Amino acid sequence: MTARHNSIVFWAGIAVFLVAVMAMTQLVRNEYPFFAGYVILQFIVLSVAWSILGGYAGYVNFGTNAFFGVGVYTAVALFKVSGAPLVVQIAAAAVVGMLLGLAVGLLTLRMRGIFFSIATIALAIIIETTVMNWRFVGGAAGIQLQRPPVTEPFDSYVKMLFFVQGVLVVIAVAIARYIQNSRIGRGLQALRDDELAAECTGVPTLKLKLVACMISGGLIAAGGAPAAMYLQYADPSSAFNLSYSVSVLAMALIGGTAHWIGPVLGAILLGTTQQLLAVTISSEVNVLVLGIMLVVFVVVAPKGIIGLLRPRYRLRAGGKA
Amino acid sequence: MFSMDLLLGAVVLGVLLGCFYAAVSVGLSVSFGLLDVPHVAHPAFLVLASYGVFLLNDRYDIDPLVAGLLITPLFFVFGLVAYRIYYEIFERRGSDAAVRGIAFFFGIAFIIEVLIILQFGVDQQSVSASYIGKSWRFGEFRIPIRQLVAFAVALGLTGLLAIYLSKTFMGRAIRAVAQDEEALRLMGANPVRIKQFAFGIATAVLGMAGALLIIVAPVEPTLDRAYIGRTFCVVVMAGLGSMTGTLIAAIILGVAETIVLTVFGASWAPAISFGMLLAVLAFRPQGLLGR
Repeated sequence: MTARHNSIVFWAGIAVFLVAVMAMTQLVRNEYPFFAGYVILQFIVLSVAWSILGGYAGYVNFGTNAFFGVGVYTAVALFKVSGAPLVVQIAAAAVVGMLLGLAVGLLTLRMRGIFFSIATIALAIIIETTVMNWRFVGGAAGIQLQRPPVTEPFDSYVKMLFFVQGVLVVIAVAIARYIQNSRIGRGLQALRDDELAAECTGVPTLKLKLVACMISGGLIAAGGAPAAMYLQYADPSSAFNLSYSVSVLAMALIGGTAHWIGPVLGAILLGTTQQLLAVTISSEVNVLVLGIMLVVFVVVAPKGIIGLLRPRYRLRAGGKA
Repeated sequence: MFSMDLLLGAVVLGVLLGCFYAAVSVGLSVSFGLLDVPHVAHPAFLVLASYGVFLLNDRYDIDPLVAGLLITPLFFVFGLVAYRIYYEIFERRGSDAAVRGIAFFFGIAFIIEVLIILQFGVDQQSVSASYIGKSWRFGEFRIPIRQLVAFAVALGLTGLLAIYLSKTFMGRAIRAVAQDEEALRLMGANPVRIKQFAFGIATAVLGMAGALLIIVAPVEPTLDRAYIGRTFCVVVMAGLGSMTGTLIAAIILGVAETIVLTVFGASWAPAISFGMLLAVLAFRPQGLLGR
């Protein structure tokens, strides 16, 4: 299959996806599928975005919750100041997320492995504590939000959010695919396999790392921004909950991070399982299943689902080890 | 507003708290500092030990310190098994073990957290003993006896481990394996078995540390999240694997926490250890007494 042919298939798939999402909002009356579907779409955005840094570059970001929470609170602050529309909230969250990504990148330039991961957890807690002490957005107690009237052609706000999150999925996947096939992606893979060797052969590792941090951070924040309007409520301990980090980490690693489709599959699989478990059993069991699946996959199928499905990735991994 | 008296009180309490932090961190100082295992689940093991102590205290009315001693051998075996699993899956295969190793321990930490919630619920749990709830007065100023007990035991525990690592044959072997695994192999020793034993020791120490954790304050299942910051802050600030450094770094953290608590209030407390950790990582990653 040629690259061009591949591209046509990809964009056709994207078009079909968007049309299907739009059609669903127009045809399905019951609101519940949108409530559940929104969460799954949100996790696709987060996992794909996480993989840009965590998968291609091999930097395990435990601070997904920091970027997510920053997205939520950017939206909350803007909405409170000026009643800004949803699109503006999301765009602003993306910008703030990118700036935070830049800050994380600069602060952790020379950290590898576990040190980077611990630094990202630290950052998440510090930002959470700051928001807790920020009275304007409600402090530790949280803040109630009144949704504005819904815009045409949607007949309910949740359906609109569902569509918006669908668009974000498209943006995230398109960016991840572009990076994967470009010099940036190959550079990131080189620095994951051996940062020193990459640097010596002229790969601008520091610059690439900063770019990856910014794009990943911006996308996670954008994916988190609509959550404020979705829940009509925001409080620091749920917006910055560490379970976002573990969920996203699990989804990306279970799907496999060698290709953008991996985190998409992981998010759909785990997101759907979680929705079912949350309804049928309890949210604790939910996290337990997530944790066990993460550990099992990390041990048994290091390349994730796509590693099991496509031997090509297994071969490549075998050659490397 | 704060006066000199208040500041002095904060420093005294900070030193007591700091020694307690040293006791909960020495295990990580061995497993992460010396053995380079990305042990993010260390605080989860710690909280698990606390719940073990809680169980023994609640059911059989055993003194928490004795209970801590009772679960220590159990945790030693637990550590041996945990390291063996980690070694077989990750260290042996090399290559991208780092990313997966971190994810592995992160997942384990979450599983432990949820299992505790399922067994004991999300509420805080505490132990009872004769020395809990009383305090000594010095004029204006009170020191809870539970803090003093924790301080004394913590100091003893940290000291014992430091002596063990520097004076005994096995302790020196552990430090040797951290310095040069290959050299040890050439001398006919098995570095994997030494590392396994060291990880066992690092986990065994948590039995007592867990007892101290629940003596100092009630515990809840998600308490390990706060201790990720504290323990890693102490170990990284100490300079990986240094026992003296661990004690000094822990006292610095303890004093910083109590002073911020007195001056700015409790709502800023969680950020202190993580803030210090971030600062150390960014500006002095080799730690205070780095190797």
